[in-house]
Amino acid sequence: MINLKFFIGGLAAAAALAFQPAAAQISVDVTDESENDLVIAVPSMPTPQTAPTPAGTTEALGRQVAEVVASDLRGSGLFKPVGPGGLRAVPYPEVTAPAFDYWPTTGAAALVQGFVQANADGKLTVGCYLYDVALKSELTRQGYVVEPRDWRRAAHKCADAIYARLSGESPFFDSRIAYIAESGPKERRVKRLAIMDSDGANHRFLTNGQSTVLTPRFSPDYKQIVYLSYVENRPRIYIYDIGTGRQRVVTESANQTFAPRFSPNGQWILYSMSVNGNTDIYRVSVNGGPSQRLTNTPGIDVGGSYSPDGSRIVFESDRSGTQQLYVMNADGSDQRRISFGGGRYATPEWSPRGDLIAFTKVAGNFRVGVMTPDGGGERLLTNSWQDEAPTWSPNGRVIQFFRTSQGRGGRSNVWQVDLTGVNERRIPTPLDGSDPTWGPLLP
Amino acid sequence: MNRNTLSTVAVAAALALTAGCAKKKPADLPPPPIGSDAGAAGAGAEAGAGAGAGAGGVGQAALPGSRADFMQSVAADRVYFETDSYSVDAEDRAILDTQAAWLQRNATVRVTIEGHADERGTREYNLALGDRRANAAKNYLQGRGIDPSRMNVISWGKERPVAEGPDESAWAQNRRAVTVLPQ
Repeated sequence: MINLKFFIGGLAAAAALAFQPAAAQISVDVTDESENDLVIAVPSMPTPQTAPTPAGTTEALGRQVAEVVASDLRGSGLFKPVGPGGLRAVPYPEVTAPAFDYWPTTGAAALVQGFVQANADGKLTVGCYLYDVALKSELTRQGYVVEPRDWRRAAHKCADAIYARLSGESPFFDSRIAYIAESGPKERRVKRLAIMDSDGANHRFLTNGQSTVLTPRFSPDYKQIVYLSYVENRPRIYIYDIGTGRQRVVTESANQTFAPRFSPNGQWILYSMSVNGNTDIYRVSVNGGPSQRLTNTPGIDVGGSYSPDGSRIVFESDRSGTQQLYVMNADGSDQRRISFGGGRYATPEWSPRGDLIAFTKVAGNFRVGVMTPDGGGERLLTNSWQDEAPTWSPNGRVIQFFRTSQGRGGRSNVWQVDLTGVNERRIPTPLDGSDPTWGPLLP
Repeated sequence: MNRNTLSTVAVAAALALTAGCAKKKPADLPPPPIGSDAGAAGAGAEAGAGAGAGAGGVGQAALPGSRADFMQSVAADRVYFETDSYSVDAEDRAILDTQAAWLQRNATVRVTIEGHADERGTREYNLALGDRRANAAKNYLQGRGIDPSRMNVISWGKERPVAEGPDESAWAQNRRAVTVLPQ
C-alpha cells in the first residue's frame, strides 16, 4: 500500500549518508522549559522538472511539503521555523550545496532543504536535508518514495528526521489519531468514530453517528480500532476493521462491557464489565473465546493500560473509597496502589517508553499529569476546567487529551501538550472532539 | 498563568455552598418537555422528568400498562443520587415503592433502568457509576417483589445529561436512575 524506503544515492554519493559528528552542533532539549526555540529555515523544495501528479504539480508539492515540515516542527514547541513563505527560492542545484553565505543573514541556525521529483512509475521521490548553518555542514539526509497521495507522509517523515536528529528523541509526527467527533446539543450528543493524521489532516469519519460510540483504541498495526458502541442501546465492545469497514462484537454478554484496550502484541483485549453494579477488569483473546477475570474487589475496577512489554497493567479502582491508580501483573497478580497525592486519579495510560504513566487528576478541576510506574515524581501538565483522558505520542514525549470548556454547552476539543507542560495547542478537527487515542509510528 | 484563577474561585465557592448539602433533589427542576422527544437520537428513552409528567394529556385516560399510565401513577420515574454515591435513601424508596406497586399491577411490562452520572467524573468511571445506580434501583425493586428478569439495566455515564450547566443544581439533576418503559 505505502512504499517508503530510504533514499540511497541520487543527488550525492551514498558515502555522504554516513553520519559525521561535528563539534558544537546545534541541538534542542525536550526537557528544557525555556523559550529558547531554535530558528530553522524551511524554504520551498524545488523540483528538478515540474511534472503533473494526481496530487498536483511537483512544484506545488515542493511548497506544500515544506509547509507541513514547518508546521510539524512548530507544533513540537522546540523550534521556531521560518518559511516557506518569505524565504528566497532555492534553485535545485542548491539542495545539496546550500548558500551558506546567505542563510546566516536570515537568523536561522538550521536549514531544511529538499526536493520533490516525479518518477517514471508515477511515484514521488522526496529528498530531505538538514544543515547546520553556522558550521556549514550537513547533519542528516533522508529520501522517501511515496505514492503522490501520500506526500504528507513524506513531509512528516522529513520532520521526524529533523526532530530526531536535533533532539536525540525518537520520531512521532508520522502517526495517526483516532477520536470521537462530537456534534449536537449535550443532552443528545451525536458521537462518531473518526481518524486523522497526527496534525489533523486526512480526516475521515468511520461511523455515521446513529449509535453513540466512545473510547477508541488503535490496534498496534493500525488495522483495527476497538471501541464502545451503544448499537441497539446495548453498550458493548466492537472491533472496527479499517480495511473492510466491518464491525464485530468482541465478547457476548448480557452485562455491560466497556473500556476496551489492545495489548501491545495485539493478541488480547483488556476490558471492563459491570455485573450487578460491580465492575471488574477482564481480558479476552482478540479472536473471542472465554474471558479471564483479572480483578475481583467489590469496588469499581475499570480501564487499564499495558506496559510496553505487556507484562504489567496500570488501572483505576475505587476500592480504597476513591478513584486511585493501581499496577498489577498482566495475569492480575500483585495489585498495588501507586497514587497517593490527594484527590482522585483516573484514566492511566502507560507511556510507550515505559518510563511514565499519564493520568487525569480530579481535584476541583480535571488536570492531566504524569508519574513514574511506582508512583513517584508526580507532575501536573495542564490546568483547565476539565482536561481528561491523556494519550501518548509514539515517542512518549507529547500527550494529547480532550478539554471541555466550562459553561452551558460545554464543548470538547482535542488538545496537545508536551512533557514540559509549556507547549499547549489545540488540534484542528472539523467538529468538536473527545477521547483521542494516538497510534504508534506508522510502519 | 492566572487565566484560571476566576473559574477556580467560582468552583471553590460552588463546592463550598453545596458541601454537606444533604438534600439532593434539585429544587429548581425545569418544566417537563411537552410530549416526548425520546429516542430522537436513538438514545435515552426517557419521558418527561418528574411525577405525572402529563404524558397522557389532560382529560385523557391513559391506557392501563402504557408508559402514560406509568407516568401518571408513580411518584416519579427517577431517583437522584449524591455525588459519587449510589445509595437509595428514604425519599428514593418512597418513589420506587410507587413504581413497584405499578409494576405489580402490570406484571407483563418490562422496563429498562437507565443509570446516569454528572459531568464531573471521568467517562469510563462514570459508566461504571451509572451501572451501580441503575442496579441500586433495580435491586430495591427486586426486593419489593419485582422479577429481575423484567428489568434491563443500562448505564449512560455522563453521556446523556438532562440539565446543562457547570453547577451543582445541574449536576444534581443528572445523577439519576430512570425507570423507562418501552414506547
